[in-house]
Amino acid sequence: MVKYTEVMIRYGELSTKGKNRKDFIGRLAGNVTRVLNDFPEIEIHPRHDRMHIVLNDAPFEEIDKRLKKVFGIQTYSPAIKVPKTLEDIEKTSLELMQATFKDGMTFKVNTKRSDHQFEYDTNQINNMVGDYLFDRMDNLKAEMKHPDLVLRIEVRQDAVYISNQLLHGIGGMPVGTAGKAVMMLSGGIDSPVASYLAMKRGVEIEMVHFFSPPYTTEKALAKAKELTGILANFCGKINFIAVPFAEIQETIKEKIPEGYLMTVQRRFMLQLADRIREQRGGLAIFNGESVGQVASQTLESMVAINDVTTTPVIRPVATMDKTEIIERAEEIGTFDLSIQPFEDCCTIFAPPRPKTKPKLDKAREYEDRLDAEGLIERAMAGINITPIYPNQTFLDDKAQEDADLL
Amino acid sequence: MIYFDNSATTKIDPGVLATYDKVATNIWGNPSSLHKMGDRSHQLLEASRKQIADLLGTKPHEIFFTSGGTESNNTAIKGTAIQKREFGKHIITSSVEHASVANAFNSLENLGYRVTRLPVDKEGRVSVNDLRNAIDSDTTLVSIMGVNNEIGTIQPIEEISDLLENYPTIQFHVDDVQALGKNIWDKVFTPRVDLMSLSAHKFHAPRGIGVLYKKEGKMLSPLHDGGGQEKGLRSGTENLPAIAGMAKAIRLLLDDEAEKANREEAIKAKIVNHIKDKPGIDIFSPLSEGFAPHILCFALEGIRGETLVHTLEDQDIYVSTTSACASKTADEASTLVSMRVEDKIATSAIRLSFDESNTMEEADQFIKVFDKIYDHFAKINHLGEN
Repeated sequence: MVKYTEVMIRYGELSTKGKNRKDFIGRLAGNVTRVLNDFPEIEIHPRHDRMHIVLNDAPFEEIDKRLKKVFGIQTYSPAIKVPKTLEDIEKTSLELMQATFKDGMTFKVNTKRSDHQFEYDTNQINNMVGDYLFDRMDNLKAEMKHPDLVLRIEVRQDAVYISNQLLHGIGGMPVGTAGKAVMMLSGGIDSPVASYLAMKRGVEIEMVHFFSPPYTTEKALAKAKELTGILANFCGKINFIAVPFAEIQETIKEKIPEGYLMTVQRRFMLQLADRIREQRGGLAIFNGESVGQVASQTLESMVAINDVTTTPVIRPVATMDKTEIIERAEEIGTFDLSIQPFEDCCTIFAPPRPKTKPKLDKAREYEDRLDAEGLIERAMAGINITPIYPNQTFLDDKAQEDADLL
Repeated sequence: MIYFDNSATTKIDPGVLATYDKVATNIWGNPSSLHKMGDRSHQLLEASRKQIADLLGTKPHEIFFTSGGTESNNTAIKGTAIQKREFGKHIITSSVEHASVANAFNSLENLGYRVTRLPVDKEGRVSVNDLRNAIDSDTTLVSIMGVNNEIGTIQPIEEISDLLENYPTIQFHVDDVQALGKNIWDKVFTPRVDLMSLSAHKFHAPRGIGVLYKKEGKMLSPLHDGGGQEKGLRSGTENLPAIAGMAKAIRLLLDDEAEKANREEAIKAKIVNHIKDKPGIDIFSPLSEGFAPHILCFALEGIRGETLVHTLEDQDIYVSTTSACASKTADEASTLVSMRVEDKIATSAIRLSFDESNTMEEADQFIKVFDKIYDHFAKINHLGEN
């Protein structure tokens, strides 16, 4: 098994310049540090063109899993640092090639040299290492233009760095570079995907989740938190804001005609999300609405609901088909949890025949019958903010006890 | 004390007992309750089911909890017979099954089912040819044990499985109560097996709990109707402390399975090699691939098995006449009789059954004691003279 000593990270979408570029690199370094914070031995050196991670014996396999989920990384390569002797270069090159070469692959050696005092130049190194490999491996074939494997040898002042893998990150922008927003997370399939897409564009999100005990169970809340734990893999930490919603729902149920129950409920949700956004210094509201998917997501409904705010409401999955959203959810790892059947506050008090084309003036008129401000203030007084870290579990918190018993 | 009667029952493992105790004390909600105490129990129930499924190589929803081997066998056999009665009323078993299988077939016979009981050869094994000839268009069930509880014969479950590939509608049940943890699992639990029984107290778990494996898609008529637990197949509030204990016991049992089975086989070999050439000794469990490593049945001619059991008991050594369930009632071993062993030899048989807690020192000790007993009885019965 090859033991990598460093990782070289190349940045994604670096068309940005000047201060923005500095911010990009700073955020990315911060996010990488956060996802690797349980490896204190690791050193992270962000530079203007790439980021250099010194593993100091931390296992690359585990680091690899984490880096795959950090937005803003285009590609990265694990490398081995060796002393500046031809013998060491050859020996390590062979090890690396043997670990990654499969029959039928083509390769080339690509040497760069910033230490021009080194006794061999790039061509000499390319040739000598190439010959060394040919003598010791079967079925090797060199190919200069489009090789399957490139063995990169960088001769620097302090040492030689050898790598032969180019791994792909998930691209996107480092979370935080695009500013902050709130995300309306229900616990279904769509909103986690919308969350992922928001983060992919560099938005730092905080989850707003409505819960209505005793109509919704503790499990529905735990499920939403656990989904947040999965999504936290992409940024290191997400704040989860739980908003009590039962009083509002009960009041609406009592006072509003059935056809508008849903529309008015949604108006309240959006108003609350907007209040929280303001309080938390966010710039936009994200949600998981997809045009036409359910009664509350028709364009008419969006008009009647969106009416409560002028804050940008961004709907990353607005035009995706359900099957596309599901595919995405499976990739992200939220699908299996999303389909756990715990009733959330969107399904309770759902009228049997909600208006799919609610009228804006009616929605306003009905809402005016309520003490909206009082309801919102009481809900705001009851919010509860929890920071959630990658893979934190809430639903299955007895799994360890089970394992101990069994 | 030397306990060589592990096929009758085993001593509960202290760790398993601790799990039983903790669950009974702390996680006592009804798994069907909606509140969080119920949730907690339900979660542990399903975690136990998953662990057992993973260890046995099945899917979790194929594992059903019963009160033990007897119930699993009855559910598999009667459940199939009743479920499939519209399709046929012919059911097949062997003539060397445990009483919980044999008597279930007897009951069904009394209800009008046609029963074929396959004969066995002199090693107690059924022949696949006999089975092939017995199957007809009315056959709905074949039930054959994995390991015989009296002499340890491993039945040809793999060959039977191959044969039954041609009869996909016949439900194939295997009583594997004696077969788990003996490093022969692939031989006695094939992909063709539809139904399979286990009993927890045979592997250091509590009494009153067992497993019925039912392959996905197979249908059984339930024997216990009620609240619909275990997907309606086995109503009754789940015995969670015992279930959790059993899940743990299976994990412990299968840990280092090969090494443990080798150790048991070595004990068996030591005793077999010591006694096999003595005049008047008949060994029914040879050292062979076709026999389980942990069961040794032999007879000392002229001395009733019962007498031998009590004589050994006086020396603090515990063994059985043949199957403990039959020990107090039947005069002779049914497996041995089916093998056409002479009555007077069959009634002289005893069964030693080992497990991983037994040691070579115990085998040495047994040999020492047995030699004395043997010499005494040999003299009385003039064994080895002429």
